[in-house]
Amino acid sequence: MSARVITITSGKGGVGKTTATANIGVALAALGHRVACIDADIGLRNLDVVMGLENRIVYDLVDVVEGRCKLRQAMIKDKRLPELYLIPAAQTRDKTAVSPTDMVRITDKLREDFDFILIDSPAGIERGFRNAVAPADEVVIITNPEVSAVRDADRIIGLIEAEEKGPAMLIINRVKPEMVRRGEMLTVDDVVDVLAIKLLGIVPEDEAVLTSSNRGTPAAMDEHSKAGQAFRNIGRRLTGEDVPFMSLDGGGSILQRFFRMIGGS
Amino acid sequence: MGNLFDRLRGRRDRAKSGHVARERLRLILVHDRTNLSEEQLAQLRDEMIELISKYVDVDRDNVEISVERHQTENWLVANIPLRIDRARRG
Ligand SMILES: Nc1ncnc2c1ncn2[C@@H]1O[C@H](COP(=O)(O)OP(=O)(O)O)[C@@H](O)[C@H]1O
Ligand SMILES: [Mg+2]
Repeated sequence: MSARVITITSGKGGVGKTTATANIGVALAALGHRVACIDADIGLRNLDVVMGLENRIVYDLVDVVEGRCKLRQAMIKDKRLPELYLIPAAQTRDKTAVSPTDMVRITDKLREDFDFILIDSPAGIERGFRNAVAPADEVVIITNPEVSAVRDADRIIGLIEAEEKGPAMLIINRVKPEMVRRGEMLTVDDVVDVLAIKLLGIVPEDEAVLTSSNRGTPAAMDEHSKAGQAFRNIGRRLTGEDVPFMSLDGGGSILQRFFRMIGGS
Repeated sequence: MGNLFDRLRGRRDRAKSGHVARERLRLILVHDRTNLSEEQLAQLRDEMIELISKYVDVDRDNVEISVERHQTENWLVANIPLRIDRARRG
């Protein structure tokens, strides 16, 4: 069977593409799938750090493209999981060092040996974005419940539709249930209503995302992290399982929830 | 009317930022998805209200235009509240 190539993109920067790529990679690998993650953010390499593999980089994507090494030599194995690999981006080059055709060629070589190939896209809609999307079978759009991020996601959805990549899927990241409850944030329904694409996951704001990327152990490896749970659910949904969305009911202590309940809100 | 203080407070009370965000997002997406400028959109709105007012009494202040995505199509959707007294009509 040939791999599914899934690109994670957003338009806006800083919404969680790299975080999502690392965590979905971990989630899928933990389910026993063979996963390769490719950092397509040339010049701003990050995925290696979030995955905790930065010390083991010898070759990168541009070395592969320019023939300085074999593809296999640029693949770093994550020893914590049976079949999880990273192909890092180059840090000292720019996006023009790689073309969309290069990306298609590289992913085609990997397809036979993997179940999933995840591509971490750079922000924007320029060359780097086109590199990341060119080889994709499926595209995951990630956004935050903020006007600017949703607007950029809308733009990206338009571009993806023009490419005929099949229906894009949506992850809403950094949802703060407490703010939603107070009416001070766009709700998941608001975002899904306007973007009108299939919802793949809802990821809450969670400190564990930061602490885990401090340590280089993605939150999906942390049993107790809510965001980690959300990413594990996303992994299962990608494999076709029907997993209900986590209830993000505003959190708080049991006592707070009780008062809220009798308060009628 | 009221003084400035009352008006500011009133505005804050009725507009939670989540609601404001939803409204702003709707308007921004109308522009992005249609490629119409502020003036063109205002004109579309005015002419539409004008036309419909020939037949029914329109609540002009609450007309709301949006562009919705339905599969591969974009739909221009106008919500046009009427000033018809429902109670009296029975
Ligand atoms: N669910 C979350 N909760 C808390 N912090 C998050 C969450 N998702 C992302 N972040 C933080 O947001 C920042 C940007 O995330 P990143 O994945 O690098 O975005 P991008 O790749 O889209 O630029 C990082 O500091 C990351 O730790
Ligand atoms: Mg990134």
